[in-house]
Order: sequence, then structure tokens, then C-alpha cells
Amino acid sequence: MAVYSTNEFKSGLKVMLEGDPCSILENEFVKPGKGQAFNRVKFRNLKTGRVWERTIKSGDQLPGADVVEAEMEYLYHDGEFYNFMKTDGSFEQVAASEDLVRDAKDWLKEQDKFQVTLWNDQPISVTAPNFVELEITDCEPGIKGDTATGATKPATLATGATVRVPLFVNQGDVIRIDTRTREYMSRVK
Amino acid sequence: MARSHLLATIRRFFEQRGVIEVQTPVLMPFTVTEPMIDSIEVPGYGWLQVSPEYPMKRLLAAGAGAIYQLGPVFRDGERGRWHNPEFTLLEWYRPGFDDVALMNEVAALVNDVLGYSTYDYRRYHTLVPSRLEGDDADLAYAEACAALSGRVFVTHFPKAQASLAQLHPDGQGAARFELIVDGVEIANGYFENGDVSELKNRFEADNQRRRALGKKESALDDAFLAAMHAGLPVVSGVALGVDRLFMLKHGITHMDQALTFRV
Repeated sequence: MAVYSTNEFKSGLKVMLEGDPCSILENEFVKPGKGQAFNRVKFRNLKTGRVWERTIKSGDQLPGADVVEAEMEYLYHDGEFYNFMKTDGSFEQVAASEDLVRDAKDWLKEQDKFQVTLWNDQPISVTAPNFVELEITDCEPGIKGDTATGATKPATLATGATVRVPLFVNQGDVIRIDTRTREYMSRVK
Repeated sequence: MARSHLLATIRRFFEQRGVIEVQTPVLMPFTVTEPMIDSIEVPGYGWLQVSPEYPMKRLLAAGAGAIYQLGPVFRDGERGRWHNPEFTLLEWYRPGFDDVALMNEVAALVNDVLGYSTYDYRRYHTLVPSRLEGDDADLAYAEACAALSGRVFVTHFPKAQASLAQLHPDGQGAARFELIVDGVEIANGYFENGDVSELKNRFEADNQRRRALGKKESALDDAFLAAMHAGLPVVSGVALGVDRLFMLKHGITHMDQALTFRV
């Protein structure tokens, strides 16, 4: 794997920091006129999602991290692992543990496509698409015509997740949801 | 337009004070020994100046009186929000001034450009604990400066960072100052040291440090040392980053936007 010097740091570069794969968010050159030059660097730890800020002496190096983002199809849950398959025609499969799918778990529908971050070919995070379409398996019956009041009720989705939906929506409806805000967007059918 | 206005403000300031503008070569046969400043070499000729300090001090030794220079300087590898390998430096020297008198003049110029404000004075060791040395001290200093708001003169630098400044006779560090404006270093000045043997010692210590860092040593500039031997008047001098001043005046957040063309 390549080694990167501070002057090659740019946002999006994947490097190893303190044993964890990280993505560089920001890199600022800092130098007192007569003194040692530094780079103040913000990293996102790709395993934990936390932002790390470190000040590194200019010219120092960090090893690159073998990190790729792959689009993968969710296949099934085998009781322990969540199994995904690459969509690039390789049919390669990976198994992600419960804590890796934590944020995407509410939206995991078989055959839907997710963004999987692989480090040395092992999954380290699973991200849901911004919008998903899921069927409502349980909610109170819809009130016809009530499209304007803005009132909502809870609805359970096929994945088991609960979201708030408008009153006119019915059990069996497929709805579109923004996964970042958990907000109902529209009825699909 | 805005840049032209700033340059005109600076020239008017010095004209009113009887300080004359000089031009010394940008391309020099010698460069500085400063371990943390890298020069750009021009094969067959020498180096692009990192500052006009040495030739201007030769003029002072020759009796030039109060002088200023406004022009490009070059530093290899410095690029970032507040840095560019080529930038515009304003450097001036005031025979008869000590560091305090020169700080007052720097404040007057900055007030002319940025508008009136008051100035705080902080000793270096109120920002950096005295137990820190070398890179650790530089890092602590950079972080402490970034956190300063308003206009602050940092004074009483430790002896190890005296550079070409005199030492205070009371042992309280060097008569060197920096002006920090809203966390950004704008100017660096000295009550100049003209003691040839002392300067030679510092240059040699610099070169030792360069060797330790695996950098090329810088040959000592004979013409400069001869001029110091002939005698530098009692003088204070300061270098001020014009692009940074321009950025602060116009609320510009990246050096690229302050330059006409990107190098």
C-alpha cells in the first residue's frame, strides 16, 4: 500500500491512523514564520464514524488504507450476520455483523442496494440509500380525504421499523422515506 | 483596485514619515541559514530571496537611513490557507528605534489599513510554557496564536528563537516581536543585533540544526557579514505579510483568493 506525505493529504484520501482506517476531511497548513510547519488534519474514523483532529509535522507520512466503497445488494440475515452481494457482476458476498448495520438496520429490505465500505475486503460500515420504499405492515386505518391537516400516526414497516405517516395512509401501502430524517415523503402505490 | 489601494496606503504612510523605498535583488547568491525556512534554488545563480533582510541591512550599514521595501519573496513548500510559495512582503528599518518604538509604528500602519483598534501585549511565555522546546514549543505557539482574538503583539521570545534580534539586557529573552491579528501572524520584528561574532554563532547553530534535519547547509553571506563588521547602526526592523493584511481587510478566507494568479 502507498504511503502519503502531509503535502499529498486532500479531502477524501483514505489513510491508516492509530490502527484504524480514516478518511481525510480537512487539511490545514500551519506554520509560525520561523518555526516548524504542521498540518492540522481532520479525519473521519471509518470504523466508528467519529471525527479525529490531529496535528502532524509537515513532511511526516501515513500509510494508505485499502478502503473501497461498493454498492451491494442485501441478501438475507442468517441469524448472526447480514449478508450482502456485490452488484458489479462478481457475485462476491460479505457478511456484516449486527453493529455494522446498526444505522441501516431499519431499512434493510432484501434485494435493495446499500453502500458498503470495505477495508481489506472486510465490511466496516453499511449505509442506507437516502430514500427507500417500504411496505406498511401495520397501522390504524386511513381517514379518507385528510390530506391537509398535517396530523400523523405511527406505522410499522416491513423491516419492523416504525415511522410517522399522514392519517390517509393505509396498511399495505408502499411509502417512500428519507432515511436521514426518517420522514415520510410520499405514497408509492 | 483594492490591492492597488492597499499598496498606495502603505507607500503614503512611509512617504509621510520620511522613510524611503528601496529595491534590492530578488535573486541572491546566498540564502538564509534559518533551519525552518526553505529557499527556492535557481541553478547557476543562487536563490530567490526569502526576505530582503540581508541586502537591506547592507544598505543600513552603508548609511542609507530609514528604508522600506515592498516586493515578492519566496518560500519553498509553503502552501495553504494563509501561505503561498510566493508572497508580497513589506519590510522596513528604522535607525534609532528600539523594538517598542517600532511596534508603535507597526500599530499605526495597521490602523491605517484595517481601521483603528487597541493592541494587547503578551510575553511569549504567557502563551507557551517554558518547559516546551523545539517542535513542541512551535506547535504550542501556533495553537496559542490561532486562539488569540484582536490585535496582539507577542514579545520576549526565548533566546533560542532570538534569530537576528538583540537579547534583553535583563535576561528576559529576545527583543523580537510578532503581531498577531485575529489569530493570524502578520509581522515579525527585531531590535536588530549587529554583533558579528554573535551572528556567526547563531548562523552556525542554524546550520548544525539543518544538518540534523538532513537539509543542505547555507553558506554564510560574506558581504552581509562584512557589512555587519563595518557596523550596523542602532536599528529596529520588521517584515509584514501584505497578502495576509489584504485578506484580513477584505474578509478573505483563503490566500488563493487574495492573489491575482495562482502559482
